[in-house]
Amino acid sequence: MVSLEIAADGSDNPLSRFRPGQFNMLYAFGIGEIPISISGDPASTDRITHTVRSVGPVSAALAKLKRGDHVGIRGPFGSSWPVDEAAGCDVLLIAGGIGLVPLRPVLYHLLKHRETYGRVALLYGARTRDDLLYRPELDTWRRTPNFQVRVTLDRAGRDWVGDVGYVTGLLPKVRFDPVDTIAMICGPEVMIRSTALALLDIGVAATQIFISLERNMKCAVGFCGRCQLGSHFICKDGPVYRYDRVHDLLAIREL
Amino acid sequence: MKGIEELLRQHPFVRGLEDGIITLIAGCAKNVAFQANEYVFREGDAADEFYLIRHGTVALEMFVPGQGPFTFLTVKNGEILGANWLIPPYRSSFDARAVELTRAIAFDGKCLRDKCESDHHVGYEMMKRFIPPLVERLRTARLQNVELCDDGKHQRQ
Repeated sequence: MVSLEIAADGSDNPLSRFRPGQFNMLYAFGIGEIPISISGDPASTDRITHTVRSVGPVSAALAKLKRGDHVGIRGPFGSSWPVDEAAGCDVLLIAGGIGLVPLRPVLYHLLKHRETYGRVALLYGARTRDDLLYRPELDTWRRTPNFQVRVTLDRAGRDWVGDVGYVTGLLPKVRFDPVDTIAMICGPEVMIRSTALALLDIGVAATQIFISLERNMKCAVGFCGRCQLGSHFICKDGPVYRYDRVHDLLAIREL
Repeated sequence: MKGIEELLRQHPFVRGLEDGIITLIAGCAKNVAFQANEYVFREGDAADEFYLIRHGTVALEMFVPGQGPFTFLTVKNGEILGANWLIPPYRSSFDARAVELTRAIAFDGKCLRDKCESDHHVGYEMMKRFIPPLVERLRTARLQNVELCDDGKHQRQ
């Protein structure tokens, strides 16, 4: 995993005015273009941060970029996490694997506006200790007062003294009021579905659960239809959805 | 010092259980403690006991030759440890190691099986408390397995 910081020339640059949860299309010249979530601080206007995992030709090329190299970028695209609607509520962020990337801007926002929210918790599940993202920041967030951070691994060696198990197992270990909580979930779709059901089981309403969906995106502006889910274009109408608006579609396997 | 029945009544496992049954099963229970890194049981051991964790953390581990032990689940306060006392041949299938000082209520498996056998109502109440966490652990293990099969090639990262 590599974090790319792209210099932006001030707050009047539309690229630097993104909302948490949005993504940009990054173009590795001569190779191709892919959607990458913005992972930096939404209040920062001088640089735009993306975290890239090298899994295909374009992301591999992006991950190899050096300081001073050029990259094509267009955006920001898509819907965002409901950070304004969550004001006054408890906030639960639940991330699986690289699902922490699109939630990191929310964390920055919550930390900056801590007094605006009730109890705040980050539940983060990763496969192994080596797969944990943003480890120095995780330690900082853990030490932050009034900020609950619980991390669990799928498997661990003796050097890990924290939780081991599935991310939903962390839910009873943090304090929040299910009736007054906004939950934001990002991770593999199997994890999103099971976590949303676990939240419903403990009394969080479907209208208070938000998820970020993943489909094959190409144009990012709702024209090409590659990322269509039912009547939704995930690049334009999503990627962040209120759970009650899409949960029926998630059950249709042909989609 | 609290008696074993009083300690048992404070554990979520017996929530909603009839007083008479709590008193009955308390006769199979004892208070135990494990120091950090002490094994509660080892893979292959006779599964004579199961535990209600009162305080602390127990790592469930499997040893992989060439790699060493790895933890696949941690069990903490309020949770149960050990299910092989229920099923012949009553043998532990993994290591359980206390990560920190851990206090628990240990049940004699045979004593409890005998009480369940002689009074099926007691047995049913025990099953109602044992099966949900076991099913949940099976379900989450499946989810972890499915996610491991995911090659992670999500386009948006």
